[in-house]
Amino acid sequence: MKPGRRRHAALAMLLSLACHQVLAAGDAEPDAGAAARGALIYERCAACHALETDRTGPRHCGLVGRRAGSVPGFDYSPAMRQSKIIWTAANLDRFLKAPLAMVPGTAMGYDGIKDQRERRDLLAYLAKAGQGARCRAVPAAAGPPAARPMAHQRPAR
Amino acid sequence: MTTLIKLEEISHAVPRRAFLTRSGLLLSGTAVALLSGRDALAAKSGKGAESDLRILNTALGAELEAIAAYQVGAESGLLQKPVLDLAVSFQGHHKQHADLLYKTITQLGGKPMAARDKYVFPVETLKNQTDVLRFAASLEKGAVSAYLGAIPVFGNRDLSKAAGSILGDEAMHWAILRNAVGDVPVPDAFVA
Ligand code: HEC
Repeated sequence: MKPGRRRHAALAMLLSLACHQVLAAGDAEPDAGAAARGALIYERCAACHALETDRTGPRHCGLVGRRAGSVPGFDYSPAMRQSKIIWTAANLDRFLKAPLAMVPGTAMGYDGIKDQRERRDLLAYLAKAGQGARCRAVPAAAGPPAARPMAHQRPAR
Repeated sequence: MTTLIKLEEISHAVPRRAFLTRSGLLLSGTAVALLSGRDALAAKSGKGAESDLRILNTALGAELEAIAAYQVGAESGLLQKPVLDLAVSFQGHHKQHADLLYKTITQLGGKPMAARDKYVFPVETLKNQTDVLRFAASLEKGAVSAYLGAIPVFGNRDLSKAAGSILGDEAMHWAILRNAVGDVPVPDAFVA
């Protein structure tokens, strides 16, 4: 599949999963303001993460759809590297609710975002930011491009 | 925030650990050691010890990064006195946090992570003093959230308490930096 189509497919999957979760919770549809609110939630991650660059935690450009523990050169915990998780919206939702419960042994020593609406907004932001100009300017992280089949490849370390 | 504990979360709560009951007040206002010898032994063999070490090491990594960020700010030539002095003093606090985390990790038998050779910050977006202060404020805010998120996941409650102590310091930095750029210094009754 071409990179562009894969991006669209990933986005569509994300949106459908997000809608599914919302409906399951009997909540309102994610509204236009979700990503903007999510940007504020994302400020909680700023001590360790940035979109474009690896910090104490790995960069978040290209996150949706990539394999957990796969950013080349980032020193993940063995638990994360070996988790075999693909970061779908549903998996991100689970992880961000309770990182240590989903990936015991992760180095992300963070209790999680317990509020479902906050997680939904955060995911809307992460999905949108991943498609945005800032992430498109990061070749190695933007994607998932065909050159980086993250689901199968071990990170170059 | 309307409730402190959501019912569905109670089942995940970290159980109070045995050594909690016999540890005294280990962290004074000017704490230099997080754990007394006896508690260190208990903590070393405790069930959550490995996990605590990982959390501490990640916190150390973030502190080292904050130190590097303040260094970039201080050397940018964009900060004027007295703001420059403020930045240097905040950086000093982060050095003390890093020191304490380093010592604690060592005391618990872990291997503290070293500072990286190179940190990447969005320097191209920092064009004046306000930009630098806002960037610093965003890191401090993130640090508050990070320590808040660490408090419930430490197995050893002494470490949770220490995280609370550091959180308080970061929150003061955040408020002062907000004030310095003309934002409402304390925007909310709760941090998250
Ligand atoms: C205290 C620092 C810290 C905070 C705060 C933090 N993270 Fe992380 N994060 C990490 C570290 C370290 C890792 C790598 C974990 C590992 O290797 O086990 C990570 C990994 C991740 C991953 C997996 C990425 C990958 O490439 O597989 C996601 C997703 C993530 N973090 C999202 C977030 C979000 C969203 C927030 C804010 C709500 C957040 N993190 C807050 C440190 C942090």
